[in-house]
Amino acid sequence: MTTTNDARTTATTGRGSGGGRAAATRIAALGRAELTLLLRNKTMLFTALLLPALVTFGMRGVVGQMGDGLGDVGLTVGTVLVPASVGFVLLFAVYSNLVGTYVVRREELVLKRLRTGSATDTEILVAAALPSVVISVVQCAVLLACGALVLDLEAPRRPDLLLLGLLLGTVTMAALAAFSAAFTSSAEAAQLTPMPLMLVSFAGSGLMIPLELFPDRIADICRLLPLTGPMELVRGGWTGSLGGADMLKALAVSVGWTALSVYAVRRWFRWDPRR
Amino acid sequence: MDIGETVIETTGLRRRYGPEGDGGFEAVRGVDLRVARGELFALLGVNGAGKTSTLELLEGLERPTAGTVRVLGHDPYRDRALVRPRTGIMLQAGGFPAELTVLETARMWIGTHPGATRPLDEVLAAVGLADRRRVRVKQLSGGEKRRLDLAMALVGRPEVLFLDEPTTGMDAEGRQATWELVRELRAAGTTVLLTTHYLEEAEQLADRLAIMRAGRVEITGSPAEVTATRPARVRFRLPDDVSPARLPLALPAAAEGDRIEIRTQDVQGALTTLLLWARDERVELLDLDARSATLEEAFLALARQDGGATDEPAATSGVAA
Repeated sequence: MTTTNDARTTATTGRGSGGGRAAATRIAALGRAELTLLLRNKTMLFTALLLPALVTFGMRGVVGQMGDGLGDVGLTVGTVLVPASVGFVLLFAVYSNLVGTYVVRREELVLKRLRTGSATDTEILVAAALPSVVISVVQCAVLLACGALVLDLEAPRRPDLLLLGLLLGTVTMAALAAFSAAFTSSAEAAQLTPMPLMLVSFAGSGLMIPLELFPDRIADICRLLPLTGPMELVRGGWTGSLGGADMLKALAVSVGWTALSVYAVRRWFRWDPRR
Repeated sequence: MDIGETVIETTGLRRRYGPEGDGGFEAVRGVDLRVARGELFALLGVNGAGKTSTLELLEGLERPTAGTVRVLGHDPYRDRALVRPRTGIMLQAGGFPAELTVLETARMWIGTHPGATRPLDEVLAAVGLADRRRVRVKQLSGGEKRRLDLAMALVGRPEVLFLDEPTTGMDAEGRQATWELVRELRAAGTTVLLTTHYLEEAEQLADRLAIMRAGRVEITGSPAEVTATRPARVRFRLPDDVSPARLPLALPAAAEGDRIEIRTQDVQGALTTLLLWARDERVELLDLDARSATLEEAFLALARQDGGATDEPAATSGVAA
């Protein structure tokens, strides 16, 4: 189970003409154009490339002050911050940026125009997300490596869990971005609509305060949030501390959110600015 | 490719926006169309008549509320993957990212078309955009954007071409060039369905046309057939000492001061009666002018009928720039 493998399955499941290779060609052509657009948009580049690192760096002092509290629940500054950086990447580079991308492309009638061609709906949505997703995956790798070096972490115990968490988190965030775009009517509004999920995730998905420090009942509710499952998988994959039952639960919640968000896109996504 | 094969066919086509009842709006109310292979068919109507709503159903972008659409024998919405590679679609506006250059746009679009074999430069040259390739789409003029749209609709060498107001925003020269291109495509056997605000465009290009009003097709036929539904007009002035009352009774003449207008389906008969009378009576007809009805007259007459009022004044849209 790797990222490349999954991208290929997603591409071929559409009812596109010409099979998998043609689908890959179309996604590549659209993704390349999307990358060009991303590189020309300074706000998006800043959000994707700098914000996650800046926020992670800024959080270092805050998490440091939690001091003994972390040790009591078996955590260190590193095991909190490094996975949190992955969460920031997913929220800024994937979720927040993609809400804007989908809204702007729809309002510019690009999505409608693309649907007049041979690409399938899935291919169009995947291609629009591709540059952001690739940037976020590369960035996660860099942040994890740097963070580990700076914060003296050992190598991940279960890299497979870590990757799975990253993968499910990425798909869910991209799909939720497309879903949020359905309720966003302009580029300006796209600055606001991502806020609720971002704030809830900051507070409740263990990005700023580990769930272990929450009262049990509140922590249980927080474990149902869309980003919490992937974050637990990423952290558990790194520390190897996630028990069997907890792991299965985190996995189930993550897969559930991925399925639900993909369904929501199929059901509610709007291709046309009208209405 | 037998002649007369139906390429586009709709029956009882309806499209509703919003809920049943007063809350919603039915933009297409039972449209039956049939376009044969190789035909150039124009869909006319004032703004809000339902042209674009109909076109989007034919293009397979939206699903009809009721009725059926067949394009090349398939349902263009459900069998999108089968129909798309054989059609070219030019939307009414926009559709390319403002920050990409012409070249990047073309490369992207051609990349999504596995069957597109024409070299990129040739595609752009065909619409006169070869020297604008490094310009961003946002910096193109309205007419240039339309030409880029058209070029992109053509990359797959479509059998069926949908053009939604293809020349809106173009200058006279650009319009002529586009007409020429459309004529060439038609000559090569492409079936073209276009909507337009310019009646001259329909008159020049269309084999057949339909005029829509309030979501329905009011009339279908060749431009000549549609025009023939309206009376021709004979106009002249009478000298001051000749009273209109002296005109032969057989002529359906209307007088306004010294200006006389005769509206008739039979121009030749009316003119013969008039000219023989003038010779016999030794009357000089001043500023004599006889002309057939124009498509514009036929269009306006239909558009002005009661109940046709939608959201735009009908009288201006036929000649809107």
